[in-house]
Amino acid sequence: MSLDPTEPNPEQPLDVQKRGTLRLRAGQAIDLQRVREQLQQGGPPLWRSLEEVADTAEFRNYLHREFPANASDWLDPVGRRGFLKLMSASMALAGATACTVQPQELIVPYVRQPENEIPGKPLFFATAMTLGGVATGLLVESHEGRPTKIEGNPDHPASRGATDLFAQGSVLTLYDPDRSKTVLHLGEIRPWSAALAAVRGGLSAQAATRGAGLRLLTETVASPSLAAQIQQLLAQQPNAKWIQWEPVNRDNARAGARTAFGQYLEPHYDLTQADVIVSLDADFLSSEGAHNLHYMRQFASRRRVEDNADNLNRLYVVESNHTVTGGRADNRLALKSSQIEAFARAVAAQSGVAGIIGTAPAGSDAFVDAIAQDLAAHRGRAVVMVGDSQPAAVHLIAHAINAAIGAPVTYLPTPELVPGEQTAALRELVADIRAGQVQMLVILGESNPVFSAPADLQFGKAIQSVSLRVHSGMFFDETAQQCHWHVPAAHYLEAWSDARTIDGTVSIVQPLIQPLYGSKSVHEVMATLSERPERSGYDTVREYWFAWAALNRTTGSTGSTGSTSAPASAAAAEFEQRWRKWLHDGFIAGTAAMPTAAALAPDVATRITAGAAIDGLEVNFRRDPTVYDGRFANNGWLQELPKPMTKLTWDNAALMAPATADANGLHNGDIIAITHDGRTINVPAWVVPGHAKDAITLTVGYGRPLAGDLGSGTGFNTYALRGSSAMFFGGATIVRTGDAYDLVGTQDHWAIEDKNTGIVRAATLEEFKQNPAFVKQMEHLKLDKRISLYADKEYRGQQWGMAIDLNTCTGCTACVIACVAENNIPVVGKAQVKRNREMHWLRIDRYFAGSPDTPDTYVQPMPCQQCENAPCEVVCPVSATVHSAEGLNDMVYNRCVGTRYCSNNCPWKVRRFNFLLYQDWNTPQFKLQRNPDVTVRSRGIMEKCTYCVQRINAARIQAKREDRAIRDGEILTACQAVCPTDAIVFGDINDPNSRVARLKGSPRNYATLEDLNTRPRTTYLAAVKNPNPALPHNPMVGTPHASTDHGAGH
Amino acid sequence: MSQVFPKSTNAWSKASLITLVFALLALGWLVLTLQRSDFVTSANQFIEQPVQFSHQHHVGGVGIECRYCHTAVEVSPSAGIPPTKTCINCHSQIWNTSPYLEPVRASFRDDTPLNWVRVHDLPDFVYFNHSIHVRKGVGCETCHGRVDRMPLMRQVQSLQMEWCLDCHRDPSRFVRPRDQITTMGYQPALAQAELGPRLVREYGIAGVEELTNCSVCHR
Repeated sequence: MSLDPTEPNPEQPLDVQKRGTLRLRAGQAIDLQRVREQLQQGGPPLWRSLEEVADTAEFRNYLHREFPANASDWLDPVGRRGFLKLMSASMALAGATACTVQPQELIVPYVRQPENEIPGKPLFFATAMTLGGVATGLLVESHEGRPTKIEGNPDHPASRGATDLFAQGSVLTLYDPDRSKTVLHLGEIRPWSAALAAVRGGLSAQAATRGAGLRLLTETVASPSLAAQIQQLLAQQPNAKWIQWEPVNRDNARAGARTAFGQYLEPHYDLTQADVIVSLDADFLSSEGAHNLHYMRQFASRRRVEDNADNLNRLYVVESNHTVTGGRADNRLALKSSQIEAFARAVAAQSGVAGIIGTAPAGSDAFVDAIAQDLAAHRGRAVVMVGDSQPAAVHLIAHAINAAIGAPVTYLPTPELVPGEQTAALRELVADIRAGQVQMLVILGESNPVFSAPADLQFGKAIQSVSLRVHSGMFFDETAQQCHWHVPAAHYLEAWSDARTIDGTVSIVQPLIQPLYGSKSVHEVMATLSERPERSGYDTVREYWFAWAALNRTTGSTGSTGSTSAPASAAAAEFEQRWRKWLHDGFIAGTAAMPTAAALAPDVATRITAGAAIDGLEVNFRRDPTVYDGRFANNGWLQELPKPMTKLTWDNAALMAPATADANGLHNGDIIAITHDGRTINVPAWVVPGHAKDAITLTVGYGRPLAGDLGSGTGFNTYALRGSSAMFFGGATIVRTGDAYDLVGTQDHWAIEDKNTGIVRAATLEEFKQNPAFVKQMEHLKLDKRISLYADKEYRGQQWGMAIDLNTCTGCTACVIACVAENNIPVVGKAQVKRNREMHWLRIDRYFAGSPDTPDTYVQPMPCQQCENAPCEVVCPVSATVHSAEGLNDMVYNRCVGTRYCSNNCPWKVRRFNFLLYQDWNTPQFKLQRNPDVTVRSRGIMEKCTYCVQRINAARIQAKREDRAIRDGEILTACQAVCPTDAIVFGDINDPNSRVARLKGSPRNYATLEDLNTRPRTTYLAAVKNPNPALPHNPMVGTPHASTDHGAGH
Repeated sequence: MSQVFPKSTNAWSKASLITLVFALLALGWLVLTLQRSDFVTSANQFIEQPVQFSHQHHVGGVGIECRYCHTAVEVSPSAGIPPTKTCINCHSQIWNTSPYLEPVRASFRDDTPLNWVRVHDLPDFVYFNHSIHVRKGVGCETCHGRVDRMPLMRQVQSLQMEWCLDCHRDPSRFVRPRDQITTMGYQPALAQAELGPRLVREYGIAGVEELTNCSVCHR
């Protein structure tokens, strides 16, 4: 690295995310042909990136050093004078600080202490978060009225205690200092009353035409009371129209169901019953899908092989992008999105679906045959799932196949109250506006249509002719800027509402905090359009459910024998009781929808409209794994979270296969101009092994000009390329521009030297059955484990340990965000991530195995291993990291002087150093978010995973107060609590009956880098894959046949 | 050739070397003493409060039990400072016109909290938990002193880590029967050397190794 004046100043991590401040430099050129040859000749069985296989200097730098060269150096062009000035100042300050007496602190007690509030003890409230028209039940931790951490609601049918990464990150959005704070009219501050008057004025002008010029544009509405408010408005203004819009919507799935069954239905697959799962571009194991949490749980239940190896299901994935689900596949086929329809037809034809014929795309015949045979062999125990990005035709074919094979699937009403096809509705809205029929447009929610609407509609331009445009959202975003009025919307943790989850179960959304900025909830904004314009959100929601309760009396709940003429006060009292129970439980029991008898149209085959083939290059548009559709673009946690498969941070890119990149002479970071449907955008390329050839995947939501301080200008706006006729994929051409852009990924960070000696171990089902203890054969260095310079420690009480099941972990990365939220881990910014300084205590290592075109993927969550003979402890000169009586490697921040010897000595590279003052100590909002039970670390301090020692201590104190032992499962680490697949298990390994002890007794259990004899407390359960023997597959990693002589010579 | 230095120089140089050693020792002693002094630990310093609340009067005189106000002490890390409502419970009836208590009435009337100044202030990286100490037989008096004799609250112990460790290394010297936790001026019925170890066993207090783990207090 040079002292280039264009290098960003590492002292200013907050500015560095801005595009243009980074020196633009393409990734290193890689000779793909050589990489292929190397891998064929048994090169590294497990590799992180093509750079690793090519053994580039950059990768070697990551591998052999604690931090890459110069990462710890002062790179500023500071001269001798500046240096002396700084040194003398810091000397003076160091001397001065040593003499300071701690400043006086105030204690501010309540005037009247609320019921159940005990200062120092967190309270948990049940609520729900809606995203994409589906709610997830949550339990939110509140410290003296400050929501700090999101957990899943263990009783909620969709959550069962888990959440996705968006729910974890959402608490940071609540405290985002860039949220909009005041009502604005043309950018100027106005009181709420003025906005109210304007809306009322606009509405009364519509009275004459009964709302003919009124349009309401919302997100997908999953709130029954909001839907009722809207229906009421439409009843009063029958000529008005309501449009729901999500940029990454489920139109295709809806249209498919409508065509197949004549009504909008949501298929619910029972994956616990499915021996064979075929995913056609369905990314159901990531955080993005509507069903994700319960599908992940169901899928994981069929990947546990401890009791019965035949429990293992088989997952086929056919997809264009390399997704989380594709990474878990037993057999994966990369196809262009446009070819999946032909593939589905071929499977249908072979599965005996009448009337569907088709030939498989070139080279996929074997795959089609294998799937068809497997489906036939598992009639009634196999499902075909289709992703939302596939056209309605593929959904239709899948419904037909599922009907033909008797798949375990039920059809439920959709979670959204009024299902529809959103793109068509939006197109109609724009047409109405263009025709001059719209005088008043009210836009509610975070779907940000000015930014996210298909480019060909030119939504932002079109709405200029609407004479009254009102927007309500949490941010003053691109849409707010194009509207006359902007009303700050309340976060879901600030407002009353309600929502339905995927199976229809209703949750009451209860707020945990008063709106920070006097924001209005969506119910309150809707109320302005009703006869009671100032009705509170609470009243709206409660009155709706009061009316509902009157219709749905629970039988025998209060002894009144169903007499409908009960006095009003008794009814109110009964309702109050039920209301309190709903709030306490987090959902209304018994509101799940009943399966609908869905009769497949007999002529379904004739209803399929074939999609056009795309001959050349194809461009795909997908939701972003971390910023969703752009609404989380200003969320530092989510921006910095490495995307599950690409490991990119702070940016999106044009993802493509190595072969496609090679054919176009592209390397990571080379900017290409993509032209699609007459529009062109520039995006840097990023090579993804396993991506379909001749296809490019773009994720949406980046490149926002008005996201906020962090998000504005990150990444590239791909909505600008997306048109309403090809919402998910279409033909494209690319041209290399010759420019380059610095994409920052973490795939090579914290590379472990000895991983080819079995850091990840896997076997096929057959190999596992023949030799259940296959992992043991990988211990190539047969050490007597008792050899140690140190005396063995005896643990009489508890000793903690963790087991991570690589067979159920999907790599969705929700645990990383949970860890960030729980442990006050700072955001460092793109320039710091580039220097390998990201602070995540828990990382997910993603490895590839096999050829770069059809690799297998392995994921491995890597927290501190909490070694028994910890190499970090013995080198600390100040005893800042020491062994505890329960086996933990305690990290004592107040002792740490920052020598970094410990991290230099950590083979797993799990220690993180605060090179700079990363933590934002000043922004008052962020102070509210922090977990008060975890020290906020400063500059110059080493930190690492503690197994959530604050939770261990809380549970220990609770148990000791009750004079009992800590129960197994009483302590959930943050990563364990959030995990939808239960892949992480923590507990007392001294208790032979604890779950973790039983898992550690599994034949699949192994420790990483065992030959170092550090005896890690975090161990892994090897993966068992179930590839179809009829199809070619890569050899499993970490099993004896895969471990060639590589790595044995060290 | 004559000597440059007179013969007495030998004595002087020896003496100065010895003096230097003593001076260094004295300096060391001084630093250590200063470090433990009230000047550094803030012990025994009186702090101005919004209302000069007298524990001597309320505890020693009136005989109110500690937990009447510090309600959370048995369940929470924090003992809890009473809400204004607790003061008003009595002071709506007695001394309800005293100008001295006007800030309290104003707080209740205007719904604005009183801003007390913290007397026992631990560093932010220390996580002390009242509930477990109370449960394991550590009396209020052991750390907070004879509160019943304090017209104004003050810190009596250093609150330094060595002071914490004094007890964590040998709790038997300090633990009391559970019914004596809030007693001021507690005298053990038996000799503490006999009673202490018995209570430690009875309470199931963890061994020294566990109690002196860093993560017990630092996380």
